[in-house]
Amino acid sequence: MDREIACTVNGAAMRIGAAPGTSLLEVLRNQLDLKGSRYGCGLEQCGACMVLVDGTPVHACTRDIATLEGRAVTTIEGLAGHALLAAFLEEQAGQCGYCLSGILISAAALLAANPSPERAEIVAALDGHLCRCGAQPRILRAIARAAATLRQEAAQ
Amino acid sequence: MSETLPESLRNNPHPDRWLRFGSDRRLRLAIGKVELGQGAPTAIAQIAAEELDIPLDRIDVLAGDTEAAPDEGQTTSSRSIEASGSAVRAVSAEVRARFVDHLARRLNCAPAEIAVQDGAFHRAGTPLGQDYWSCAQEIDLTAPATGTAATKPRSAYRVVGHAAPRRDLPAKISGAAFIHDMVLPGMRHARILRQPSREARLAALDEAAIRRAAKGEIEILRIGDFVALLGTREEAVQYAAAAAGPHLRWEGGSANPPGAEEAAWLPSQECEDRRFGSDAAPPPGRVLRATYSRPYIAHAAMAPSCALAWLRNGVLELWSHTQGVYPLRAAIAAVLGMRAEEIVVHHVQGAGCYGHNGADDVALDAALIARAQPDVPVRVQWRREEEFGFEPLGPAMRVSISAALDAAGKPIDWSTEIWSASHVQRPSSGGNMLAHEALPTPPPAPRASDPPEAAGGGGTRNAIPLYDLPTHRILHHLVRRPPVRTSALRGLGALPNVFAIECFMDELAEAAGTDPLAYRLALITDPRARRLLETLALRCDWATRGPGGQGSGLGLAWARYKNRAAYAAVAVALEVDQEVRLRHIWCVADAGLVINPDGGRNQLEGGIVQAASFTLKEQVRIGPEGITSLDWESYPILRFSEVPPIDIALIEADDEPSLGMGECTIAPTAAAIGNAVAHALGSRIRDMPLSRDRIMAHLLAG
Repeated sequence: MDREIACTVNGAAMRIGAAPGTSLLEVLRNQLDLKGSRYGCGLEQCGACMVLVDGTPVHACTRDIATLEGRAVTTIEGLAGHALLAAFLEEQAGQCGYCLSGILISAAALLAANPSPERAEIVAALDGHLCRCGAQPRILRAIARAAATLRQEAAQ
Repeated sequence: MSETLPESLRNNPHPDRWLRFGSDRRLRLAIGKVELGQGAPTAIAQIAAEELDIPLDRIDVLAGDTEAAPDEGQTTSSRSIEASGSAVRAVSAEVRARFVDHLARRLNCAPAEIAVQDGAFHRAGTPLGQDYWSCAQEIDLTAPATGTAATKPRSAYRVVGHAAPRRDLPAKISGAAFIHDMVLPGMRHARILRQPSREARLAALDEAAIRRAAKGEIEILRIGDFVALLGTREEAVQYAAAAAGPHLRWEGGSANPPGAEEAAWLPSQECEDRRFGSDAAPPPGRVLRATYSRPYIAHAAMAPSCALAWLRNGVLELWSHTQGVYPLRAAIAAVLGMRAEEIVVHHVQGAGCYGHNGADDVALDAALIARAQPDVPVRVQWRREEEFGFEPLGPAMRVSISAALDAAGKPIDWSTEIWSASHVQRPSSGGNMLAHEALPTPPPAPRASDPPEAAGGGGTRNAIPLYDLPTHRILHHLVRRPPVRTSALRGLGALPNVFAIECFMDELAEAAGTDPLAYRLALITDPRARRLLETLALRCDWATRGPGGQGSGLGLAWARYKNRAAYAAVAVALEVDQEVRLRHIWCVADAGLVINPDGGRNQLEGGIVQAASFTLKEQVRIGPEGITSLDWESYPILRFSEVPPIDIALIEADDEPSLGMGECTIAPTAAAIGNAVAHALGSRIRDMPLSRDRIMAHLLAG
């Protein structure tokens, strides 16, 4: 009863066998061992499971794997080397860190579309994400820092 | 000498329990306080690096392990830096001295002639060709610490007092880092079908219907009223658990009475009363009174609780994000009838917990399943609705204050009356783990109790006002049977008590026609507190504060956590129309010698944001059958768009002892918001949360 889905995950072509109705989050975490996408609520309310599908942030917890035929999925593991990761470490932008991988995904999509976001634009891009520890001020600073780094690199 | 040892070192006196020089030229530092997302192990490693003169990047930290790390009890009450930090400082200094003395004897020189640099020994500026690792075999680290070694003078610090990056953060931003991500060979996933209340008995279980919902192979394990679903595929057990509700029939259990979710319900309940403070009756004269409250609030961790367990060869191995591996081991041993030595608990990091949440409960869930299925590793993950529905809550509190005033409007006598359920019902403090109550012979209901004043109190935490008052008295009503299980949540009773005290101070100032800051300063002699408030006033430009009542407000408050730990003062600028919009928050803190200033700021900032969330938004909803706020829509917390810019200043107090910063901003932030809202509205709301609904009701009642 498994169905085979062909898609790319972090740039690699994959053929994923899964029962219809299986969530993308289950496939990422338990079939592909990509643990960076996290279960927080399963309700699209917290953002801990966010991944990019064709560059757009989506909740992996409710996304049916069957809808991903031919699509490109990017998880936090696919952002290795992105200026955002260095900026988050520079700003020490996190406490427990559970929300961060999802936030980094939304931030990456924002910076791809808008290299010079205002504070209000960063806030708007992250407003679907919850952070219980109160690291929001640092997270906002880190994204602004990453944007500046990327602009500087683009200018060189 | 041992009486001079820090408590944690006295309890774990063998240096080799703390420090081990590995063959890889690294130092393994083992501590009993765990990483809860607050960076304490990073700061404690800084202390070891400082005393031993070993580079920070050559130190590995093992935090929380019953096999290999010292027993430091629970990681609570902002005491990691105080307790573990002081022990690590002392043991590191002593170990360094043992090495240096050994070399000095060998070289026939005075120990003072030997210096340590990057872990290597030097004499008169020349390397001796020896380091900790080359000498490690010759030094006895099993002999108990004596506390006789001198620690470094603060003037010599090069690591302590400087920002160090968190050791755990890189993994957390890039991939697997949490207990939730652990995989054991042949592991089964499990979900629990929970007993709705301790008296409820499982009358019927339609196993076939639950199996159908799983859309895959699952096993069903039942022990009394404890039901677990097991399977090799996580989503199968998740689906089955989510769909199981109608297929279980519970009988018994009492319904919560209407109104029980509100703090106003507490005074009608049976209580255990305690009085302390002045025995004298309040003096006659002018008296002002007010009553404040906070409802039940949730820890609401970002990650539902998780644990792994594996029973092999008679030994039960547990992986848990508990706050205390040794207390958890003892509690699980008691429930399972095992000896503590037959159980090993490893701490693995989870999401921030902010106190006693479901971490210990899920560990017992996993232990019960593992015992029933020997040799099979099991991973239990709570569901979101389970986390909200079954974690112990921060208790609702009601605080009434009355003050007798002199002719100038200054308080000459102060009385506080507090109603609250227990603030600590950890398994190590007489509480029960959830699944224990579902077993065939459940334990008796826990007796209501609260931490003693020596431990900072629970409902009475921060209840004594830190103002120059001739007399004060406290009457504490410990509510015996709240509608929900309650336990420790960041700051315990400090938030409601300081909210009440600091809001009441503003009310007294207003009645006296005095500026709230000037009114406070006239009643404070502690120089550290005065400096705190004076610094805050400059930073928030208090002098330009307007008359209020025009929709924008500026309020301040302060506290010294537990009346003996870190000081924090907070000012809040906000606007109120139908709801509160935070515009700016300033904080000044004095935490003595700061080990990692960036880590400290992070804690102060996080505490402010979380307290703003508690104060403005949070209330657990409780219906007849139990908790009904089971997701982030029914239990909203502060969002990115609601977090204002925050300005933090740390007072330099390097000669004072280090004090933890995780909880000190919680209470003053709540009170500063309360005062700013009152300033903006020109009238006061005394019941939290200061939510849109409450503001609207207040305005309509106007």
